Order: sequence, then structure tokens, then C-alpha cells
Amino acid sequence: MHDFAQAFAQGLDLILSGDSDLWKVVLLSLKVSLTAVLISALIGMPLGALLAVKRFAGRSWLIVLVNALMGLPPVVVGLLVYMLLSRSGPLGVLQLLYTPAAMIIAQTILVLPIIAALTRQLVEDLEGEYSEQLRSFGVVGLRAVPTLLWEGRFGLSTILAAGFGRAIAEVGAVIIVGGNINHVTRVMTTTIALETSRGNLAMALALGGILILIAIGVNAVVTALGLTQRRVTNV
Amino acid sequence: MSEACGADRPGDATIRVRGLKFRSGGQDLLEIADLKIDTPAPTMILGPNGAGKSLLLRLMHGLIPPSEGSVRVGSGGTAQAMVFQAPILLRRSVASNIMYALKVQHVARKRREGRLNELLELGGLARRARQPARTLSGGEQQRLAMVRALANEPKVLFLDEPTSSLDPHGSQQLEALIAKVAAGGTKVVMVTHDLGLASRLGEEIVFLHHGQVREQTPEAEFFERPRSQEARSFLSRHLVLP
Ligand SMILES: Nc1ncnc2c1ncn2[C@@H]1O[C@H](COP(=O)(O)OP(=O)(O)O)[C@@H](O)[C@H]1O
Ligand SMILES: [Mg+2]
Repeated sequence: MHDFAQAFAQGLDLILSGDSDLWKVVLLSLKVSLTAVLISALIGMPLGALLAVKRFAGRSWLIVLVNALMGLPPVVVGLLVYMLLSRSGPLGVLQLLYTPAAMIIAQTILVLPIIAALTRQLVEDLEGEYSEQLRSFGVVGLRAVPTLLWEGRFGLSTILAAGFGRAIAEVGAVIIVGGNINHVTRVMTTTIALETSRGNLAMALALGGILILIAIGVNAVVTALGLTQRRVTNV
Repeated sequence: MSEACGADRPGDATIRVRGLKFRSGGQDLLEIADLKIDTPAPTMILGPNGAGKSLLLRLMHGLIPPSEGSVRVGSGGTAQAMVFQAPILLRRSVASNIMYALKVQHVARKRREGRLNELLELGGLARRARQPARTLSGGEQQRLAMVRALANEPKVLFLDEPTSSLDPHGSQQLEALIAKVAAGGTKVVMVTHDLGLASRLGEEIVFLHHGQVREQTPEAEFFERPRSQEARSFLSRHLVLP
């Protein structure tokens, strides 16, 4: 019991004293996960919107596939990206294994389906609501996509937050493709796992605390946006 | 002399429906052999629930294709607009809703600001310009939908029961707005259940029953001497006119 209390105290000290190892890990986590979310958003939102408004052969199958991919287990994604990037793999020449870039790729694969699938649902609902009015204005097909995305801006920010939550909390994929190398690919989750196994609870607790604060912070932002939305849309 | 084809030639707002059928689930929901709407003053479409009034407006406005036959509004490229029963407003400010309509319908950039102010004024919404559109009262929302529909300066304006969800005051204000728009030279084609409104604004009545046009008569005649049995029983089931 006494040990735990001491670990908490030391953990707090690490945070407050601005321990450089700790903050490097936090910054790398943010960098990797935010980049993955950004890339996923740039691909996933247009893709989701396209799936929502375009009718083409195989569309239903694609929707089922994207929805199913939301539940990809991180370790499996880690394994697949590892095989892809390993020296004998198809992308081995790029020498990306055990770099932050590899971690970004893995997290993008995890987050992209979430953003695409949820955007598809959101835009499809909005299209049901707006399509006749937009058609009346002569805004049809793909031309409606920017309007629908903008009308769904509050929902989209929640979707981005969900994607970010998935990425920042994920450990299975980044530990495999990043290798958890000190000062290079160590992020919050992988460091927590490692330091806990080493018995360095102070570091693990400090990072765990920050991870929780980030999660709460993201939720607070989303809640605030929800309140704004109620003000703007009255629903 | 060659046929006049300028955008402003008389009769440009004539609506012509020929051999129209709309079929769904093996049923003819609408069947109109020939309908010509060419009075400059408003035309009111009346009929019981499910008669196909909204369907007819949608078909005339080109939102859905007919199963058979054709619909022609004016010269084909004639500007037209529609206001729906429940206003579909964007999740933006009042002004942005109008601006959006101006932009997507290619109103020249330098004319937009002036047109926006005109339309805000016309709808009595100038003081509400910055307010989120969906926080307006029901009447204001419907007036916004109305003036927003005027963004492309339509020659023909279709209105689907625009007053059905409004209180008497809101309904009166919207009626005044519709009258103004009609007086300004826009051909109004309107579905309504408000017979008082139909009689005050309408010059002619198109009476629809089971997807068919049963009467197309001048307003006074329709209310005084309806020709069809269906119209007589329809009128007897509704409140007496003022
Ligand atoms: N797009 C559509 N496709 C198939 N059926 C429709 C469509 N729109 C309306 N209907 C059907 O057509 C009939 C007439 O509907 P509607 O035109 O809305 O009646 P109303 O005269 O009350 O406006 C109804 O039975 C309705 O279910
Ligand atoms: Mg209707």
C-alpha cells in the first residue's frame, strides 16, 4: 500500500517537474495519433460521403466491409503492417519498420474505417433530410457532398474524436510495428505496459494519468461542440 | 417571323402536363391525361389527403421522374422553385441560408449582397439575419424558406401546404408574403387545405381526387358550383368559408 502511495507521489512529481523523458513520450503519442487521425479524416470523410450519396455496383458490400473493419483488432493490424514493412515484405525497401511512420500507418488503418463508416451513416441521414431541397436548388450527386459534410460538422467532430480516442489508447499495433524503442518509438500506451512490467509504477502512473486527462479533454471538447450544435440547430 | 423564345415572352410560366402517370407498387398513384396551368394569378391544388397533390408538385418541379408522360414548365429552362411542407433549413444563420441559395444557383457574386438584403427585407427577417435559422419560430422559418426559394427569381413557385403547421398569425403573415410574390409576377402553384386561403389567393382551382384531376375551374365557380360529386363532398366536409 505504502509503495503505491509513493508511486503516485513520484508519478505526480514526474508530471509536474516536466520530466523530459515523460513529455517526449507524450508528444510522440500525440504526434503519431493526431497524424493518423488527420490522414484518416482526409481519406475517410470523402470516402464515407461518397458511399452515402453515390449508387454503384458493390456499394452495399463495400459498406458492410467498411463497417466490419471498424472492429479490426489492433494486434492483427500490427502484425499485417509488420509483415508489409519487414525487410522481406513488399514495402520493406522503404525501411519504415520501427519508426513513427510505421506507427502512423498502423493507426491510420485502425482509424480510417471508423471515420469512413460513421461519416457514411451521418451523411446518409443528412441526405435523407436535405436531398429534395438540394435537388430543388440544382445541387445533386457529388456536388451535394461539401454541403452535407458542412451540415454534419458537429457530428463529424464527434467522429474525429472517436477516431482519436481509438488511436491514442491503442497499444497492440504500435508496439508491434514501432518496437517500443526508447526515444524513438515509445508512446504512452507502450511505455505504460513496459514500465509496469519493470515495476516502475511511477512512470506508468504518470503516463496513465495524462492519458486519462487527454481522454477527458477530448470528451469535454466534444460535449462543448454538442452544446454549440444545440444552440445552432435547435435539435 | 420566327417564334419568340426570349425568357420573358408571355406564357413563359405555362405548365403543361401530358399523359402523365406515376406508378408505384403496381398502382397508378397519379394519372393525368392533360393539364394546362396558364393563368398568371395563383393556382390552388385542392383535394383530400393522399389524393396525390404533393406527388403532382414534385413531378411538376422535376424532383421525381414520371413513369409515363411529360411535364413542361414554361420553355423548359424556366426558373422555378419549391417550398416544402416542413421547411428544410440549413444548420446555419438566416442570412447564410439565403446566401447559400444565391451561390449554388449562380447568382453573380456582386449581386448577392444586394439580393440578400432585399430577400431578408421581403421576408421581414432583416433583424434575424445573424440568428441560427433553426431557432426561428415556425412562421419565420416558413417565411425564410419562401424568400430563400426566390433566390433564383423563379417564374414559377410551387408551394406544398406552406401554412399547414402555422398558427393563425403566422399563417396570415405568410399569406401576405405569398400574395406579394404573386403580385410581383411569379406564378404560384400551391397545395393547401385552407379553403379560405385558397379562395382569397387563388384564381383557379385544380381539384385532385384519387390521383386524377376532377376539376379545373375558376375559384368562384369551384366554391359556388363544384361540378363533381367528389368536390361537393370534399367541400361539405370542410369548414364554411368566411
Ligand atoms: N415518391 C413516391 N413514391 C411512391 N409513392 C409515393 C411517393 N410519394 C407519394 N407516394 C404515395 O402517393 C400517394 C399520394 O401521396 P401525396 O401526394 O403525398 O398525397 P397528398 O395529396 O396528401 O399530398 C400516397 O399514397 C403516397 O404514399
Ligand atoms: Mg401532401
